[in-house]
Amino acid sequence: MNYETIIGLEVHVELLTKTKIFCGCSTEFGKEPNSHCCPICLGMPGALPLMNRSVVEYAAKAGLALNCDIAELSRFDRKNYFYPDLPKAYQISQYYIPLARNGYIEIEPNGQKKRIGIRIMHMEEDAGKLIHEEGSAYSLVDLDRAGVPLVEIVSEPDMRSAEEAWLYLNNLKTILSYIEVSDCKMEEGSLRCDINISLRPEGSKEFGTKVEIKNLGSFRAVRRAIEYEEKRQKEILESGGSITQETRRWDEAQGFTTFMRGKVENRYSPEPNMAPIIIKDDWKEEIRSKIPELPNARKARFMQEYSLPEYDASVITASKILADFYEECVKYYHDPKVVSNWVMVELMSILNETGQGIKNLKFTPKQLSDMLVMIDKGTISGKIAKDVFRDMFETGKSPEDIVKEKGLIQISDEAELESIAQKVIDNNPKSVQDYKNGKKKALGFLVGQIMKETKGKANPQMVNTILIRLLD
Amino acid sequence: MKLHELTINKANELLKKKEIKSEELTSALFNRIDSFDGKIKAYVTLDKDRALEAARLADKKADFTQPLTGIPMAVKDNICTKDLKTTCCSKMLENFVPPYDATVISKLKDTNAVILGKTNMDEFAMGSSTESSFFQVTKNPWNLECVPGGSSGGSAAAVAADESLYALGSDTGGSIRQPAAYCGVVGLKPTYGRVSRFGVAALASTMDAIGPITKDVTDCAIVLSAIAGIDSFDPTSSDIPLSDYLKCLHDELNGIKIGIPKEFLDNDVIDKDVKDAFLNAAKIYENLGCICEEISLANAEYALWAYHITVAAESSSELGQYDGIRYGHRATKYEDLKDLYKKSRGEGFGTEVKRRIILGTYLSDAQNYDKYYLKAQKIRTLIKKDFENAFNKYDLLITPTVPTTAFKIGEKIDDPLKMYMNDLYTTPVNLAGLPAISIPCGFSDGLPIGLQIIGKAFDEASILRAAYAFEQNTNYHEKRIKWEEGFSDEL
Repeated sequence: MNYETIIGLEVHVELLTKTKIFCGCSTEFGKEPNSHCCPICLGMPGALPLMNRSVVEYAAKAGLALNCDIAELSRFDRKNYFYPDLPKAYQISQYYIPLARNGYIEIEPNGQKKRIGIRIMHMEEDAGKLIHEEGSAYSLVDLDRAGVPLVEIVSEPDMRSAEEAWLYLNNLKTILSYIEVSDCKMEEGSLRCDINISLRPEGSKEFGTKVEIKNLGSFRAVRRAIEYEEKRQKEILESGGSITQETRRWDEAQGFTTFMRGKVENRYSPEPNMAPIIIKDDWKEEIRSKIPELPNARKARFMQEYSLPEYDASVITASKILADFYEECVKYYHDPKVVSNWVMVELMSILNETGQGIKNLKFTPKQLSDMLVMIDKGTISGKIAKDVFRDMFETGKSPEDIVKEKGLIQISDEAELESIAQKVIDNNPKSVQDYKNGKKKALGFLVGQIMKETKGKANPQMVNTILIRLLD
Repeated sequence: MKLHELTINKANELLKKKEIKSEELTSALFNRIDSFDGKIKAYVTLDKDRALEAARLADKKADFTQPLTGIPMAVKDNICTKDLKTTCCSKMLENFVPPYDATVISKLKDTNAVILGKTNMDEFAMGSSTESSFFQVTKNPWNLECVPGGSSGGSAAAVAADESLYALGSDTGGSIRQPAAYCGVVGLKPTYGRVSRFGVAALASTMDAIGPITKDVTDCAIVLSAIAGIDSFDPTSSDIPLSDYLKCLHDELNGIKIGIPKEFLDNDVIDKDVKDAFLNAAKIYENLGCICEEISLANAEYALWAYHITVAAESSSELGQYDGIRYGHRATKYEDLKDLYKKSRGEGFGTEVKRRIILGTYLSDAQNYDKYYLKAQKIRTLIKKDFENAFNKYDLLITPTVPTTAFKIGEKIDDPLKMYMNDLYTTPVNLAGLPAISIPCGFSDGLPIGLQIIGKAFDEASILRAAYAFEQNTNYHEKRIKWEEGFSDEL
């Protein structure tokens, strides 16, 4: 029998506010453990939660960017459970009336547009971290993360494959980074994802029993876990067994899921210490006005306005900073495709190579455009331009200065090139003979010799023309 | 008059006139505590050195325009005091020293108040007799065989025994008013949101209120003025402006309409003496020109149960933070994490606390939430409506504070249902979030009887005015305790 895979994702995203959700402690990481804690985030007697207004703004912005309806009135509740990383023994979250509902993210599996529904998006506080030191009989608790604001984004069970889940996650990440509410780094824990997955016979309308998978450290892990779980569940069903509702743990090293715990009923109760969150239309519209053009729309515009191929448009718009950089370049240079080539090939590879973020680029988009103009004018060759570009990247100097300082101006003087070409012809009689015998490859060798002679500065088109004229 | 017998108002006058010094007054109180508290056991922690230091500072500044400057006072032990043990009278927090002050404490410290120490209470404020304290049983100063009431029993007993000029208490279902009634002092539960709860260990966050226990109504108004008001650290504190609580004491009472809920008088739990004293109080108000009429609070009979379901459910969540991980009692021997929780909480909490946590966890789990907690909240809405209807016609309601006078120590501690009946008249007020005061209105077999005056939300002014008028026309608050042998007033 063929089975259809049903996938829903629960994604937790840390918001980039400066302070925690219910107190004034910094959200900064990497300091000494427990250095950003106060009576409120430590759950001390009589401490009360104070709502951080920025968290509401960030969360509402995320909700709007994900096409959700924003509740005019939402509330906070407590999810009660015991764990050492949870100081109050309850997590303040939104259960009964969440901030946002009924959104969607558009994905394009196999070129077909598909909407993945978002059931709920709500605000909550993060828990701390337990540190288990190898070989020690105890665990340590670091509560710096306790109280860092999160939004939880619960999708509808609309995804049908690991690929779709991967696309959904990617788009979610791109959108949230675009609107600058989160940096969405799964490897660093600022984006966490749990999978709900079940199988049903193809054509069936009813859902099968779902399994939740936790401990996914990367997008790749999400994809692998889904693929593994599809296979595991299929095998059980095909051998006449049934799936039990449970939570399983992804083991990245071994590449499989293992039983973690059975179904649990959470104890929720209203949070009595907080007023409801009221978002009236004027505030909502003010927040909406801060949302920039989102990646899908921008991609479509790039394809239309700059005639970019879909691939180029999607690579460049995947990052807001990159897309902003690109658009700035295009203002100063006439051919958007040429800019796209430089951005996608030279810029991306040097960023990958150095591990540097595009945020900290030393040169400006205008300078890159200036360099492209220099190529067009014949001031430098395309080959030399690559060196100039590297120099710009490292020093932030303008291309004009670099070319001047290093004497990289292209040799386009007819007489000078002719004399160099003649010298090369004289010094390489064998290649000349080969060329005359019909070996066209020999021409390339001779061009190379001229380039060597001129340290790459010879105008390549002119060299070609002159050589052919002299040889014939 | 002896220094420890002073009211805040009188002491402030003397301080202003430089007839006494705060240090002298504070020392007198510590002497009183030294000779009396061995028997009363109102205090669990004394802070003599810092208290005297604060007194000397007040003397040095010599600015007594704020009436609480240099006045010695006591704090219920669930109100956090920086660098001073705050135990909630539980083994769980036996050695807990908060690194912060509750907002009410910061406000008092700003006026240079003198904190004598922390007072005994029922463990985590769960109780009506102060017997569930982990440390000690406080005695009713009027009769040492009787309880002082609770849960703010230590605070009420300290004020009644002249071991403090005033005290702070907390009231979730009557915990200020009932001990005030039992100890013959004045106790005010302000409107929910009138006084900041920041830094006060929660019992039930939707009902907890912090308020003063004083020797008379004027002092009550003084303390309320000092501790009330919006607080950026308590999101449920209200920005409704404060009244001039001292000035309003002298406003005319003539023509005020007072409702008397008949359900509170026609039942089989009320003592005859309490009922008589109450009816006499109603007559006094009529003589003062008030219009007293019987009214019905039809849903009040369900209040006690709605209250106990709410408190149990909320407190089971509030008390989760006492898990032995970051502070508080931690078991020394345990097998694993679960065992650590079980043993630390099992050892750290007393019987009544465990009873309520278990009950509350049951009442608020996914299966029972709608059946119990939600239903209790619906009853709560009905009770609120009853009060609203009553306050459409009446300015104030009066009831006895408690159906009986103080009972014997040990009499009800093993019978929680009987114990809960103590709160019959006080809990509806907390469910509705209203302000109410208890003032002395009579005696039965040498034990004080309390009169409860309930007001509209944020109308503490009307309550205080009515209470003050009553006090001016009676002398119950002036009656002194006849100390048994073994107490020495002379030093």
